[in-house]
Amino acid sequence: MKTYTRPMAGWWKRNPFYLWYMLREASCLFITAYALMLLWGLYRLQQGKIQYEGWRESLSSPLSLAFHAIALALVLYHSWTWFKIMPKTLPRIPIPDWLVVTGGVAAVLVCSALVLVLT
Amino acid sequence: MNTITIECLRYHPESDAEPRFQSWPVPFTDDMSVLQGLQYIKDHLDGSLTFRWSCRMAICGSCGFVLNGVPKLGCETFLRDYYPGTLRVEPLSHFPIVRDLAIDQSDFLKKLESVKPYLINPDVPKKGTFIQTPGQMDEYYQYSKCINCLLCYAACPQYGLNSAFTGPAALALLHRYNADSRDAGKAERMQVVNAEDGVWGCTLVGYCSEVCPKAVDPARAVNQNKIESTKDYFFRFFRK
Amino acid sequence: MKRSNKPIFWSLFGAGGMLSALIGPAVIYLTGFQTGKLSHERVLLLAQNGLGKLAILAVISLFLFHGCHRMYHSLHDFGVHVGPGLKAAFHGFAAAGTLAAAVLLILV
Repeated sequence: MKTYTRPMAGWWKRNPFYLWYMLREASCLFITAYALMLLWGLYRLQQGKIQYEGWRESLSSPLSLAFHAIALALVLYHSWTWFKIMPKTLPRIPIPDWLVVTGGVAAVLVCSALVLVLT
Repeated sequence: MNTITIECLRYHPESDAEPRFQSWPVPFTDDMSVLQGLQYIKDHLDGSLTFRWSCRMAICGSCGFVLNGVPKLGCETFLRDYYPGTLRVEPLSHFPIVRDLAIDQSDFLKKLESVKPYLINPDVPKKGTFIQTPGQMDEYYQYSKCINCLLCYAACPQYGLNSAFTGPAALALLHRYNADSRDAGKAERMQVVNAEDGVWGCTLVGYCSEVCPKAVDPARAVNQNKIESTKDYFFRFFRK
Repeated sequence: MKRSNKPIFWSLFGAGGMLSALIGPAVIYLTGFQTGKLSHERVLLLAQNGLGKLAILAVISLFLFHGCHRMYHSLHDFGVHVGPGLKAAFHGFAAAGTLAAAVLLILV
C-alpha cells in the first residue's frame, strides 16, 4: 500500500502548546550553564581570596546580570511547570491534583524565603 | 445561512506524488458539526473526498482529524466555531496517509496487541464472576474509557519523531489492565513498560491528555508507570 | 524487548528537577542580585563545613544531571539522531562536573 509520510521538521512551531513545551525544555540550558558558573566560582574559591573576589566581581557585570535575569525567569517557569505536571507522575494518593500543585508552589516560596533569609 | 471555507488535504496515491490542499465553500447552520461539513462536500461538491466516520457521537473513535492544527473529533466539533475564517482539515498527524483524510493505523493496532489488553488471570472464580468493589473499579475506570480515536498519537511529538514508541493510548490501556484488581498479568506487561520505547519514550509533553475526548489522561497513565518501571529496575534484585 | 537503563538517569533528572524547582530561583537571585551576601569569609565558611560541602555538591551535581538529561532529550526533539554516544557524552559531562566539584570541595 502506497502511503505518504509527512515530515516532522518544525513540528514544535505548529501549535502554541508545543512552543510552551519547548520553553520549558529550554530552561535546562540555563540550569546547566548556571551549574557550570557555580563550579567555576568553586574553582576560584579553592584558588584563594583574590581569585574568588574576582569571580564575585564578575557576577555584577552586565553580561552576568542579563544571564541571571533570563535564568531566573526560565527557572521560575521550570518550577511552575514542574509542580503543575507533578500530579501526573504520582501514584494514586488521597491528595487532589490542585493541592499537589499548590503544595509545590508553597514549597518553592518557603524554600526561597529560607535561602534568602538564612544567607 | 452562512458559508464557511473548508480546506482539506487531498492525496490520491494513484495520481499524486505529494498531498495538496483543496477548498470548498460550505453552507452551514449553527448545529452542523465539522463531520457534517465534510459529508456536505462529499455529497454535493466532491464525491472523491475520503474520510472515516461512523457513530456521529464521539464513541466509535473513527472521525479523528487535525482541525486548524489541533487534533479533534469531527463529530463533536462545530463549524460555527471556525467561522469566519477558513477551516483547514488534515488527517491525524504522525500517521502515514492512505488517502485524503484517512490514515494507516496498522502501527497502532500492533502497539495495542503488544500490551496484552485483556484480563490475564489463571485463577478464574470457580463459581460466578469476579467480585470487584466500586473503589477497585475506580483505580482503572478512567483508563477504560479510551475509544482508540488516535487523537493522542496525533498530539504526541515523541510518537511523530519515533514511531517505535508504544504511545499514549496503548500505554494507557496497559495501565488499565495492570490497575484492574481482576488482572494478574502485570509482570508479563513489564517488558513493554520497561523498554526504551515503552514509558521511557515519553517526555511528558502532556498534549495527549489535553486532546483526549474522553478524559482518559494517558499522560498520567504513562508517567505513573515511570515510577513503576524505576521501582522494578532498582528492586528487581530484592524480589523473590 | 531490552530493558532500558532510563530509570537511573531519570531519577537523577528528577532529583535535579526537584532541587532546581525548589531552590533554583532563590540561589540564582542570590548570585545575580545579592552578591553583597557572598563575601569570601561567609562562602568559605559554607564550603569548609561538612554539610555545606554536601549542599554545594548537590546543587552543582544535580543541576548538571537535570540539565544534561533534558538537553540530550531536547536534541532528539529537534530531530537530531541521538545514539548511545551522545547519551554517554551528555551524562558523562554531568558526571565529570560532579567529580570536579567533589575534588574542589575536598581541597577547599
